[in-house]
Amino acid sequence: MKIESGRGRAYKIVSVIVLIILAFLFTFPLYWIVTGAFKNGADINATKPIWIPTEWVMNNFDKLMKQRSVPLWEVYLPFGSFFNGGKKVLLTAGPEAPAAIRWLINAVLMSVLAMLLTCLTAAMAGYALAKKRFNGRALLFSLIVCAMALPKQVILIPLLKEMSALHLYDSLWAVIFPTVGWPFGVFLMKQFSESIPGEILEAARIDGSSEWNTFSTVVMPMIKPGIGALAIFTFINCWNDYFMQLVMLASGSNFTIPLGIATLQAETSVDNGLLMAGATLAAAPIIIVFLIFQKYFTQGITMGAVKG
Amino acid sequence: MAKQSHPTMSRALQRRENIAGYLFLLPSLIFFVGFVVIPMLICIITSLTNANMHDQGLFGSFIGLTNFIKLLSDETFLEALKNTFIIVIVSVPAVCAFSLWVSSAIYKLSGPVLSAFRCIFYLPVVTGSVAVTVVWKWMYDNYTGIFNHVLKGAGLIEQNINWLGDSKYALWCIILILFTTSVGQPIVLYVSALGNVDQTLIEAAEVDGASSFQVFWKVKWAQMMPTTLYILVITTINSFQCFALIQLLTKGGAGTNTVMYHIYWTAFKLTEQAGHFGYANAMGMILAIFIGLLSALQFKLAKEK
Amino acid sequence: MKKLLAMVLAMTMVMALAACGGNNNSTPSTQDTPQQTETQTPEAPSEPAGGGELTLWTYPIGDWGKEEQVKAITDAFTADTGISVKVEYLAYADGDDKVNSAITANSAPDLIMEGPERLVTNWGDKGYLVDLSDMFDETDKTEINAAAMTACTHSNGEVYEYPLVVTAHCMAVNLDAFKEAGADQYLDLATRTWTTEDFIKAVDALYAHFNAPVGAVFCKGQGGDQGTRALVNNMYGGTFTTAAHDQYTWDDPLNVKALEQLKGMPGIAFDASLEGGDEIKVFYQGILKMAFCWNIAQQLNPNQADTGAGLTASGEEIAFMAFPSESGAPQLCGGIWGFGIFDNGDQTKIDNAKTFIKWMCDSEHTVDAVKTANYFAARSAAEGTDLSAIWADNDIMNDYQVLMPYLGDYYQVTKGWAGARTEWWTMLQKVGEGADIAETVATYAANANAAAAG
Repeated sequence: MKIESGRGRAYKIVSVIVLIILAFLFTFPLYWIVTGAFKNGADINATKPIWIPTEWVMNNFDKLMKQRSVPLWEVYLPFGSFFNGGKKVLLTAGPEAPAAIRWLINAVLMSVLAMLLTCLTAAMAGYALAKKRFNGRALLFSLIVCAMALPKQVILIPLLKEMSALHLYDSLWAVIFPTVGWPFGVFLMKQFSESIPGEILEAARIDGSSEWNTFSTVVMPMIKPGIGALAIFTFINCWNDYFMQLVMLASGSNFTIPLGIATLQAETSVDNGLLMAGATLAAAPIIIVFLIFQKYFTQGITMGAVKG
Repeated sequence: MAKQSHPTMSRALQRRENIAGYLFLLPSLIFFVGFVVIPMLICIITSLTNANMHDQGLFGSFIGLTNFIKLLSDETFLEALKNTFIIVIVSVPAVCAFSLWVSSAIYKLSGPVLSAFRCIFYLPVVTGSVAVTVVWKWMYDNYTGIFNHVLKGAGLIEQNINWLGDSKYALWCIILILFTTSVGQPIVLYVSALGNVDQTLIEAAEVDGASSFQVFWKVKWAQMMPTTLYILVITTINSFQCFALIQLLTKGGAGTNTVMYHIYWTAFKLTEQAGHFGYANAMGMILAIFIGLLSALQFKLAKEK
Repeated sequence: MKKLLAMVLAMTMVMALAACGGNNNSTPSTQDTPQQTETQTPEAPSEPAGGGELTLWTYPIGDWGKEEQVKAITDAFTADTGISVKVEYLAYADGDDKVNSAITANSAPDLIMEGPERLVTNWGDKGYLVDLSDMFDETDKTEINAAAMTACTHSNGEVYEYPLVVTAHCMAVNLDAFKEAGADQYLDLATRTWTTEDFIKAVDALYAHFNAPVGAVFCKGQGGDQGTRALVNNMYGGTFTTAAHDQYTWDDPLNVKALEQLKGMPGIAFDASLEGGDEIKVFYQGILKMAFCWNIAQQLNPNQADTGAGLTASGEEIAFMAFPSESGAPQLCGGIWGFGIFDNGDQTKIDNAKTFIKWMCDSEHTVDAVKTANYFAARSAAEGTDLSAIWADNDIMNDYQVLMPYLGDYYQVTKGWAGARTEWWTMLQKVGEGADIAETVATYAANANAAAAG
């Protein structure tokens, strides 16, 4: 270890101070959301910011829960609308519940499904692109790379018409499918699968293992960390994909919590207390999951990228 | 990159590889082709027509490149294009540089402190873009926001600054929010990349009398190149996805219009304008071409390194 | 273990597939599958014949934007007719986009509640709505406010909106602040009108006292833009469109003069961070001393701090006022709201929707429908029920009646309206930033006209 010079030490001290200030700035919005959610009307409407709520109240959450009510769940016959004159077939509906709860359930369901589908399809495709010498591989890969950064707004209109034709408009699938189709996952998994030694695959083949067996027993365990990274990335991405939710979801019972909060904000009278309560409800689940699985989060993210 | 395949693969083997390859790709391709490629093709065709929402069919009538020619002199669109590029060109290097600096300042800290910092910088990402936007809107508020309150209290400004209503500031305010929600992942990545830098190389360089700057540039930076490229890619993608910020904060006003937002606006707000779907798709095409070029550039860089 | 996991996974997927099952028409089916009606509405087992369901999308028109109140009235309708109504609540900020994307996806609602600027000029004009002219007999025509009837009728003679309520949009002042600054001398609370000269003096007096902008020409978006239009038009008597509603005339020198006057006043801020709704909030907080986006619903509706009708968050008194004009006789922007029916090709639904409209707009229940909106009825009587005095017990509503004679031309039905609104607020932003006013106004008015011409 080198002995530090005076300048080096000064730099260190300054950087620690700057870091602490930055840490404060990065946590402040979250602090402001949570305290805002528990402030009373007077504090919210005060012309000078109230740093610490004068009293902690649940008013805003009460208001949020009373805002709308929709069935807690609705189960439809898959593709029922195709043979029922365009109307979906309701199998069972839950009791009426505050819409915010349903929105939360919808958002979790949507993000989890998108995550599972993406991980499965992207792991398979990434492996094939990295390890299979099929014709047209290079072309396909360039197509994927080019489409990766494409914002969904570009294909907004055709996508909307397509969802309508498939009878998927105003359902969570309309948000899930384009998320799964987004080729970033394939790219990531391809980069990751490159590191699988060819000899192992060769050995498996010589042992008479079928293609699928090789994939599920040899390849999958090796690319697990990459799948972890992709899972996190897709979940957060789908949750945050406000645009697709805005365009594809029309009825209050199909909203997600981010879309729900945005709708609350759009209404005539702006009630910051109500909004912060909604934001708290939207942020709390992922933050809690993140804090519990923090180690895996960071591990997953890094493992996925080292091979970039 | 990948191990080269046998140059002389037998026909049977090639067929086997083709079948296996495409079978593995099939599930992914269904989604990719169905929800990205086909809409993109329709988009290309529609951009050459005067389609609008009132048409019964998918396309209007063919009008050649008229939409594109009109776009080149459409001031609103050109401003949106400019803003889109400002966002990308400013936020991508800023995110990279900032996260690199933060990582190099924290990666040697002890375990719990390091995780605490990583967590904190990752928080805005997991808070969710809509929740973050809503709270920033309140903080930026012209009349009751804390920014004006604090700056005025500190004597830095005389009059309230209308952060989101003044075209001098609004775009930068949006970039700042985008920035805080983008640095989380790069920091995590750089911290681990810095930890993985080969210590023997650093020591060797130091023995050779390299300055700390040279050590950083020649050894650490070079070794972290793959990480940097990956970060460039994800940050670029992220910067093009800032729709929620614009929609919820300024609606494209105060000099913050972006092409992504303008497409949405043209498609669903200006429905009385003749051929608005075709026009919106033409905007999308121009954006797609720019993005394609940008991606190609990034990957060319990646190949060279 | 792994197999089990895979099974569970597969099960989840199938369940979820069912749960988010796609649909093209956002209503659960009951008509074709009567056995499911029972599971869906167990509390109403004996549905009268002709039952069915409708979707209604409503903008926040008074309390028609609040589930509690709307549910009460739609439940009464369902009990009466057996037709269930599923209501979705739109916001002004993105409601148009929602409806337009739903139309694009062939999933428009059955019923929509809004004003002629959307129902007649936009969706009606494009052929998405059902002609309602067969719903009006001679009695109806004499009962319904003539101006409202005209606005709801397309130039082709078809009627696309059945009007329910009307109001006049006005502005509001913080009376306590005005008194504090000695500006209340300019207000005439009996007639609720004032001259432009008095308005300017009042703003100057307020600014001198509070040393901060007291009113905001809000221009973040189109929300509440009737307020900024009415302010600019009334100050010197400018017009927004021609009397025939075929062209935008807001480049009128009188409007330019008004904008120059407003821009030159330190007490008035051009604020591109506010829309109508935001402005009301800032006004409620007592920061702005006047609001340009106001009407009786705001005056009646307690604010979020629940301090009571007609009071700011800190309890200061709010007085509604007409917009200032040179003559003292303003031309107020009107609001006419009612229902339109989307033609989704299902005659049963259209008939049910007409039943709904008849029940809400022309029956003994109209009183409740109107009261839910917090506005005035668009007609004098409905099927024998007198509607002229339904607000007799409400002092604020009675006071507000003095503004109704000033109701001006309903020019929102001019072609290209949605595009013109975008041009209007963009223009205000540019003016606020200090662009040359006459030139900017001319450019954006020309844009609006060009877009309207197609």
